[in-house]
Amino acid sequence: MAHLAVQNVTKSFTTSDGTEFARALDGISFDIEKGEIAAVIGPSGCGKTTALRIIMGLESATSGQVLVNGRRVSGCGLDRGMVFQHAELLPWRSTLSNVGYGLEMKGVRKPELDRVAAEYLDLVGLSHARDFRPHQLSGGMKQRVGIARALAIDPDVLLMDEPFGALDSQTRETLHAELLAIHRKTKKTILIVTHDLDEAVMLAHRVVVLKAGRVDQIIPVELGDRADLGNVRASTEYATKRAMIWKALHGDARQAA
Amino acid sequence: MVVTQADERTHARAGTLARRRRMPNWLITVISVVLALCLWEVLGRNSNPLLGTYPSAIFVEFLRMMKDGRLLTALVQSGEPFLTGYVAAAIVGIPVGLLLGRYRFMEAAFGIYVTAGYATPLIALVPLMILWFGLGFTVKAVIVFLLSFFPICLNTWFGVKAVPKSLVEVGTAFCAPQTRIIRGIILPATIPYIMAGLRLGIGKAVIGIVIAEFQTAISGLGGIIIKAANGFRTAEMFVPIILIMVIAVALTAAVGWLERRIAPWQEEISGRDAP
Repeated sequence: MAHLAVQNVTKSFTTSDGTEFARALDGISFDIEKGEIAAVIGPSGCGKTTALRIIMGLESATSGQVLVNGRRVSGCGLDRGMVFQHAELLPWRSTLSNVGYGLEMKGVRKPELDRVAAEYLDLVGLSHARDFRPHQLSGGMKQRVGIARALAIDPDVLLMDEPFGALDSQTRETLHAELLAIHRKTKKTILIVTHDLDEAVMLAHRVVVLKAGRVDQIIPVELGDRADLGNVRASTEYATKRAMIWKALHGDARQAA
Repeated sequence: MVVTQADERTHARAGTLARRRRMPNWLITVISVVLALCLWEVLGRNSNPLLGTYPSAIFVEFLRMMKDGRLLTALVQSGEPFLTGYVAAAIVGIPVGLLLGRYRFMEAAFGIYVTAGYATPLIALVPLMILWFGLGFTVKAVIVFLLSFFPICLNTWFGVKAVPKSLVEVGTAFCAPQTRIIRGIILPATIPYIMAGLRLGIGKAVIGIVIAEFQTAISGLGGIIIKAANGFRTAEMFVPIILIMVIAVALTAAVGWLERRIAPWQEEISGRDAP
């Protein structure tokens, strides 16, 4: 059984008298297996962020359901860890205490709280910055703290909402390698929403192409353990899948433009 | 690169120039205040003592009033109801503001009263307050409370509205209960607005205490002002006015100090120095 199952999820926005004026998601379904990295990609406005927010429980679906580990999702849950687009660290907390935020909500107390938070801070390579405040961190460091915060609660699924979109390309590539390294270590199931084609192919075992609120295609990407991203980029599988997804995304671009 | 002597000289000159331009802020303030006092002194000495006064006369009067104890007694008479009313306004205003900002129902049901109260010339209610609370300590404290409650509450309320939704969603995503979202996210994020409200509240509270003392039992610092004014003793009148001003400035500075103590990150995030 799939680890994360999205089943026929619809999201409509209605006016106060109940008439539908927009449909962000029109019955999307896809499955993610345990330990897999999946990417949802699509042009802006295709509903990919809405889908992620529904999976996280920040919004509710108009119809359909989301299952994590076979349990139906409703509202928030510590079985899912969320990494936000702009990290959204709490400016008054130190790095360590930001990583510990979810643990605190889970009811973990000091000193266990600090021990576990420090462990995850170490996982993202920021042990030296444990006492810094967010404004003292670079964009890439902030996002690494965001990842550590989400992983610290040991969720079944890690949800990432365009986590590297605001970073420069070099930092982004470093973080891609780090995310893959973290994945090799933790074997987490990861769902990442992105508008970046290379990011999707580079990271994901399965790419869900979303267009106008519908699943257009689901494309598997087989790139082995991706230990060397230089080799990954040079491989024919990378080129083929990149071309395939590009075509899926831009197939009817002329009409749209 | 070859550095000539002339180069070094120009560098040195540029250095002193830069240093001269970087006069410390406090020094600029002090010079400004001294100049203003001198100007006042000169203009004041040349005018009718009934209509105006000047700093040295006020200072002499200040010493005299300190010696006979009148000033300190009045300060206590005004200070107690002032602090009581102001602290009560903060204790009630901040939580009410948080609730108004956080809960749609509370906002719809009670927000209108806070907006209206802020816009009402509450000072006009003083005669009514006297009927309700008499002429003593209580009425002064109530008037100070009324005047400072609304800016504190309104600012806190708007501050909550200004907290980025995404920051609140961090709490939601990690299943933080509503109380912990308010305490752990909304409250710290709203601190700059609360502090701005507390500062505005001081200004209003000062007006409140003086007006209250004008209209109720003539006592306290406001009492001295009105008695001296009625006797055309202008210098004596200015002593409590300036004392109140100094205290209000000090209290405003204290709020700034408090803000830096409880929200040190705020100063680090926002560069506050004017160029």
